[in-house]
Amino acid sequence: MEELFSTTYPVAQADYVTAGKASADIKRRLKQLGVGGDVLRRVAVASYEVELNLVIHSLGGELTLTVFPDAVQLVSADVGPGIRDLAMAMREGYSTANEEARSLGFGAGMGLPNMKRNADEFDIQSEYGKGTTITMRFRLS
Amino acid sequence: MEERRYHSVRLDKDRCKGCTNCLRHCPTEAIRVRDGRAHILDNLCIDCGECIRVCEYHAKVAFTDSLPNIKAYKYTIALPAPTLYGQFRGLRNPAYVLEALKCIGFDDVFEVARGADVVTRAIRERMREPNLPKPMISSACPACVRLIQVRFPELLDHVVDIRQPMEVAAEIARAEFCRKHGCEPEDVGCFFITPCPAKMTAIRTPQPLGQEKSELSGAISMMELYGLLLPHVMKMQSDPNFVPATRYGVGWATSNGEASAVFPDNSLSVDGIPNVIRVLEEVENNKLNELTYLECNACVGGCVGGPLTFENNYVAKHAIRNLVKQMPEIHPDSNVPISMINKYKMRLDTPLEPNPVAALDESMTEAMRKMKRMNEIVARLPGYDCGSCGSPSCAAFAEDIVRGYSTEMQCIHIMRDRLQSLAAEMLDLAQTRRE
Repeated sequence: MEELFSTTYPVAQADYVTAGKASADIKRRLKQLGVGGDVLRRVAVASYEVELNLVIHSLGGELTLTVFPDAVQLVSADVGPGIRDLAMAMREGYSTANEEARSLGFGAGMGLPNMKRNADEFDIQSEYGKGTTITMRFRLS
Repeated sequence: MEERRYHSVRLDKDRCKGCTNCLRHCPTEAIRVRDGRAHILDNLCIDCGECIRVCEYHAKVAFTDSLPNIKAYKYTIALPAPTLYGQFRGLRNPAYVLEALKCIGFDDVFEVARGADVVTRAIRERMREPNLPKPMISSACPACVRLIQVRFPELLDHVVDIRQPMEVAAEIARAEFCRKHGCEPEDVGCFFITPCPAKMTAIRTPQPLGQEKSELSGAISMMELYGLLLPHVMKMQSDPNFVPATRYGVGWATSNGEASAVFPDNSLSVDGIPNVIRVLEEVENNKLNELTYLECNACVGGCVGGPLTFENNYVAKHAIRNLVKQMPEIHPDSNVPISMINKYKMRLDTPLEPNPVAALDESMTEAMRKMKRMNEIVARLPGYDCGSCGSPSCAAFAEDIVRGYSTEMQCIHIMRDRLQSLAAEMLDLAQTRRE
């Protein structure tokens, strides 16, 4: 399907100052494009979770929003470190967040499960030592 | 052409200098400066009154009813927002203010704080019902409700569908007055003594806020009445038969007053529009879904910070706190009988409708084309957000251009660069000729 609009946001490791800026911009742009209601709400939740995951867990990476005529796609790709045990990571309540993140109220272990629950399609590829790529699609009805 | 919405907040054209103060402070980006003066965008304005506060030239005004308007009715009842008590330093009893209102021409008074007591009980009953989204958001501040309609329409099902205290108060006041004096409801004018323009707009156009009609006949600005009331309040004696609202109802005047009355255990209170926006973003991101109740106030400090109040909001908050301290510890749960909330109308008539900022284009394909163009324009702009172009920020300016409301040459920085390169070219040309 022809892509209509795409934009990429770099996200730095442990940058809590600007954390949430990318997902806020994604939300704003989708509203300008006329995406609303339930889809917007789900993209909002998932994009915030995935952005915060990049800040908390990755060595840095980028978040790409692509809008197709029939779907919104979010791809998060980081440069490491990758997830050691993917099955565990997908469990609700499991978190490897460090002290700094936990002290800021993160690390409830709901990030990945929340993304999966809110996206219509969810795919995660990870190799320990290399990095993680998460692809989420949200259908526009 | 869309029908114009009523707004209490308006521009006094003669006073407007066309500066950029209000432009950059408007929380919904509802102001543009064109042809040397400000214009308020009808569909985006939420009547919060932020522009009234920041305008150095007093060109932003709030339209409210004036005191002589009450003469249109055979009988009139004043319904003071509890914020009014905070305007008088050292006030020991709300009754002084209520008696003073009678001295300046009202036949009777009814505390909106009593309406807040009833609404407190009604919300607490409503919150017992299952399957409510979390958190439920207060509907008491009309500017915040409109903000949600404009910027967070997908959160509208969180807004509690109970009427504002002033509406409930007016219904009860009129009914009680008619019963006591044996008169017709249409002979009784109920006037809210308001701290803000948003309430005035809510009374004039109740439909967007979920009510077919308002119980109130109008609203009079606290600022207008303050000077008239003061001499009376100073020398007033208390009426021994006065049955006051509870300290909780009076507490609604300040931020966290409503939340601590309605749901003290698991509530959050936020005040000041930029803060409200940040917290609503959190709700949108599902980061506050363990919270039960969220109180939002457009004004810093709550209603005591309203743009039509006289006293500084911190001083007023202090006055309210001191007043409340002297009142007995009775909660509306024990003070308001359940028959009361069954007898009078508590629920909104219609669901709150979204009023979102329009997409860049009706067709999504075209909207995306415009968004790409917007990005290209933003890349050319200096990013100073100076407002000289008449739009509130460089991003908003780019959006105005693709929507066809402005042109790139309105940017004085782009204009200057173009003039400089033009000048350089002419100089080149002149020198070439001479050689």
